[in-house]
Amino acid sequence: METTKLPPTSPSSPTTSFSVPSAEKVDGFPRRSMRRARQRRSHSSSQFRYQSSQVELTPLPLLKDAPVAELHDLFCKKLQQCCVLFDFLDCVADLKGKEIKRAALNELVESVATSRGVLIEPLYPEAIKMISVNIFRTLPPSENPEFDPEEDEPTLEASWPHLQLVYEFFLRFLESPDFQPSMAKRYVDQKFVLQLLELFDSEDPREREYLKTILHRVYGKLLGLRAYIRKQINNIFLRFIYETEHFNGVAELLEILGSIINGFALPLKAEHKQFLVRVLIPLHTAKSLSIFHAQLAYCVVQFMEKDATVTEYIIRGLLKYWPKTCTQKEVMFLGEIEEILDVIEPSQFIRVQEPLFKQIAACISSPHFQVAERALYFWNNEYILSLIEENCQVILPLVFATLYRVSKEHWNQTIVSLIYNVLKTFMEMNSKLFDDLTASYKVEKQKELKRDRERADLWRGLEEHQDRRMQMLTEAARNQRNLQERGERGDPPTPSSPQTSISDHNEPKPSGASSSSSGGGEGTT
Amino acid sequence: MAGADGDDSLYPIAVLIDELRNEDVQVPNVSGGGLPGYRSKRSCSSRETFRCLRLNSIKKLSTIALALGVERTRTELLPFLTDTIYDEDEVLLALAEQLGNFTMLVGGPEYVHCLLPPLESLATVEETVVRDKAVESLRKISQEHSPVDLEVHFEPLVKRLASGDWFTSRTSACGLFSVCYPRVSSTVKAEIRQHFRTLCSDDTPMVRRAAASKLGEFAKVLELDYVKSDIISLFTALASDEQDSVRLLAVEACVSIATLLPQEDLESLVMPTLRQAAEDKSWRVRYMVADKFSELQKAVGPEITKNDLVPAFQNLLKDCEAEVRAAAANKVKEFCENLPEENREQIIMTHILPCVKELVSDTNQHVKSALASVIMGLSTILGKDNTIEHLLPLFLAQLKDECPEVRLNIISNLDCVNEVIGIRQLSQSLLPAIVELAEDAKWRVRLAIIEYMPLLAGQLPLTKSLCRVVVYAIREAATCNLMKLVEKFGAEWAQNTIVPKVLGMANDPNYLHRMTTLFCINALSEACGQDITTKQMLPVVLKMSNDQVANVRFNVAKSLQKIGPVLDSNALQTEVKPVLEKLATDTDMDVKYFAQEAISGTRFTLASLHISTKSDLPF
Repeated sequence: METTKLPPTSPSSPTTSFSVPSAEKVDGFPRRSMRRARQRRSHSSSQFRYQSSQVELTPLPLLKDAPVAELHDLFCKKLQQCCVLFDFLDCVADLKGKEIKRAALNELVESVATSRGVLIEPLYPEAIKMISVNIFRTLPPSENPEFDPEEDEPTLEASWPHLQLVYEFFLRFLESPDFQPSMAKRYVDQKFVLQLLELFDSEDPREREYLKTILHRVYGKLLGLRAYIRKQINNIFLRFIYETEHFNGVAELLEILGSIINGFALPLKAEHKQFLVRVLIPLHTAKSLSIFHAQLAYCVVQFMEKDATVTEYIIRGLLKYWPKTCTQKEVMFLGEIEEILDVIEPSQFIRVQEPLFKQIAACISSPHFQVAERALYFWNNEYILSLIEENCQVILPLVFATLYRVSKEHWNQTIVSLIYNVLKTFMEMNSKLFDDLTASYKVEKQKELKRDRERADLWRGLEEHQDRRMQMLTEAARNQRNLQERGERGDPPTPSSPQTSISDHNEPKPSGASSSSSGGGEGTT
Repeated sequence: MAGADGDDSLYPIAVLIDELRNEDVQVPNVSGGGLPGYRSKRSCSSRETFRCLRLNSIKKLSTIALALGVERTRTELLPFLTDTIYDEDEVLLALAEQLGNFTMLVGGPEYVHCLLPPLESLATVEETVVRDKAVESLRKISQEHSPVDLEVHFEPLVKRLASGDWFTSRTSACGLFSVCYPRVSSTVKAEIRQHFRTLCSDDTPMVRRAAASKLGEFAKVLELDYVKSDIISLFTALASDEQDSVRLLAVEACVSIATLLPQEDLESLVMPTLRQAAEDKSWRVRYMVADKFSELQKAVGPEITKNDLVPAFQNLLKDCEAEVRAAAANKVKEFCENLPEENREQIIMTHILPCVKELVSDTNQHVKSALASVIMGLSTILGKDNTIEHLLPLFLAQLKDECPEVRLNIISNLDCVNEVIGIRQLSQSLLPAIVELAEDAKWRVRLAIIEYMPLLAGQLPLTKSLCRVVVYAIREAATCNLMKLVEKFGAEWAQNTIVPKVLGMANDPNYLHRMTTLFCINALSEACGQDITTKQMLPVVLKMSNDQVANVRFNVAKSLQKIGPVLDSNALQTEVKPVLEKLATDTDMDVKYFAQEAISGTRFTLASLHISTKSDLPF
């Protein structure tokens, strides 16, 4: 998992610049008006608030010039110097201090990366403190409340010039051959990890990229934290799915999980299966699925490759959450199904083929041609085709009616010709079954119509029954009320009161209508 | 209940259950009530179809229950529903909702506990909306349980949910404590409190959030001693949770808790936590404090407000995050209003106003706009002199703000200042700025100005120049105001100043302006009276019936119908009728339509005019 490329939502292409829609230019009340003014800057940082008093930094001697005896002491001093935070929203403030810190950070990074024997025990708490002070902060409110990672430019972290070096230092620290997990675990504890995970919500993709690699190293080196990290990632995902629907780092966390899943021991623990069924599969329901679908599908397939018995959970889960209105997501689901079918075991395939091919048939009859096309492409996949062929007796009856009907009805010629190919394939596979189905198609249709009629009759009967019952009940209630009233007041029985009141209300209307009609008569004469 | 057992021969349970379970049937024909032609298109995907079909079946669950009768609903239908809870979330949502209204269908309150098993399963599903709906239904039917049933059936369910292994059931349990607590015995009460305590320190943040959000509600049903002993410690713990999403919910609970406690305990029990929340390192928590500030202020009372909340509010107004400042700015008026009367003015002048002054030139327009929407309200509180001396400069600055929303918010609230300092003072100090805004580039600002025109009625040149603005919305509002102005100043004034201007526009090359003439006439005719209308306006309208733009012509027809009642019958017969008849043969179909409408409409109004002439003619 040594990916260093940026996720697809990389900010490198400034394509979506700040073009204001013309409608907003006219009336000047853009829905996001609150943000526009600041958006141009597109930088943000919550750090500065916690800097109580500004300290003047003085440059320290260079690490490489320091005598060995003083090296650790100087290293420690530099770490302390780097705990000072600067205001990056004001880009001209304290330039000298910023430069001193930058240089110090650079030296620290280089020293940890290249020289051996620097990392001694007393430095651990200082290093972790420096890292914590710099990176842990409450992320600022999003500049754009409707931030769409696919459309909008992300807000970049203003203090990145320093923050990047701090992350770099952290990474080198973790990767150093001198790094001792047994010492680090005292400082890199659960609280630390929790705060690290919260940073994954950063809108800045550069920061998330560092975090991803760092968390991966932490997971790899600090074994005691593994279960905790998994649990907290679970919580982040559950919150994302069921509460906020907003978290910027889902793709990065899934990428880490992909390699974690790869390392799961067999047989899978109940905890891991639960994670698959209750977290990974429901993640498919997210509105922003397209941003992390590749990573998610990778995780799902990893699970299947680990343990084929989870296949049925996965397929049934996907079918449960199959998109109902979003065709773009439907295409993604179909893509994932194909990835799954590519590695499915034939014995597992048999268990899910029925519901699966009902859904595939439904996709083929989608009026959106991309959905239909994506489903029909399954027949171009050799392995899937072999599975279909083996189970032709089951699958063909499931899809036949759809194929037959859509081949005659679909508006898109490409789809029609693709369907003909599929029908031809089926004919070659099992011509007897194919002929039987063609022959019985009309009869089946008739039967279906008859069933529908029966259902309609049933419901009509039920509704009539309900009406009768309701009438009976209200009548009973009314009689009872009348009886009571009569008993109380000794009044003669009257017709139910609501009706009289309605006619009272209506009374002026007819008279008004008659006067207007007579008036109309007068006007014409 | 007579006839409660349904017709067995007609509706065997198997058939009905089959309906609920059916996945093969393809055509939803349920909601249409069997009407032909309602059938949905065959081409719609089969899975989609049976999904909506099943949904419909569930929505008609009460029909099925009614057909089965109460006995069989209890013994057959409910167990079936409990067993087959795995389903599409939409179906489950509908089911959860239906079951909340099922009490009568299972035989009334004495059997209502039969509904608990299916609702219990629904309260454990993953999907939040389903779970919430199940909890809502459970809360509803809890009221229908007798105290005994509540202890025998309902409370055990709450306990089971509270100790479920997956977070969903524990989350649901949080919403159920408060409904059963008041009606159970003291031993059970103790258990409930214990369960709630456990959930407040749950391992999963989702559960802690649910508990925190119900903390206030639960506190309300607890005895005061337990509020002090139990709730306060839970509140303090939740308010210092490691997750800000939990902490911010504790702020909400703070309002309810503070309301419950006697004044003397507030300082020691609630205030330390509240102070800490107002200074929380997460802006979300501070935002919540700002957002709930008025409620908090009322809950803690005047003394604490003076000593603690004033400085806290100052800090929130100066917060480093714009979100927090905006939320606080929104509360400025309410906060000041609720300050203790005796030193309100002094507090505002020395503590709040300096912050407000800074916010007027905030860097974030949302903050300024939030302030602008409430700042005018301060004038009522501070009185005339302070308003003139301190607030007017701020209003002026905001009227000139670069952000249109800020300007708009100020203009829309002019009336409260008017009440305090009087129209004279207002027009002297603010009018120059307002005149400038009448030329604002944003039409909404101009529109807002026009809407306040009757208030500043003396300044007529402004209205007339605005009347010519092309934007339709403005024209509508301006004509509307013309009527109000004429009502104020009388017909003669209108005849001399407005009518000539309006009629002049009838020859404007821009057809929109020509239509404005018609709109103005519509608005003015009634106020100006028969004489002016017949002599001055009618000829212009009639002339415009030859306009080359169809929109103008059909508006002529509409205008004629509109002013018909004001005209005398002679003019109607000899002048209006021929023109309308001509328009009724127009080549444009809209013109034709409106002319015909006008003919039938005018005849009627003509007749009514005759009738009213007999009784009393206003002119």
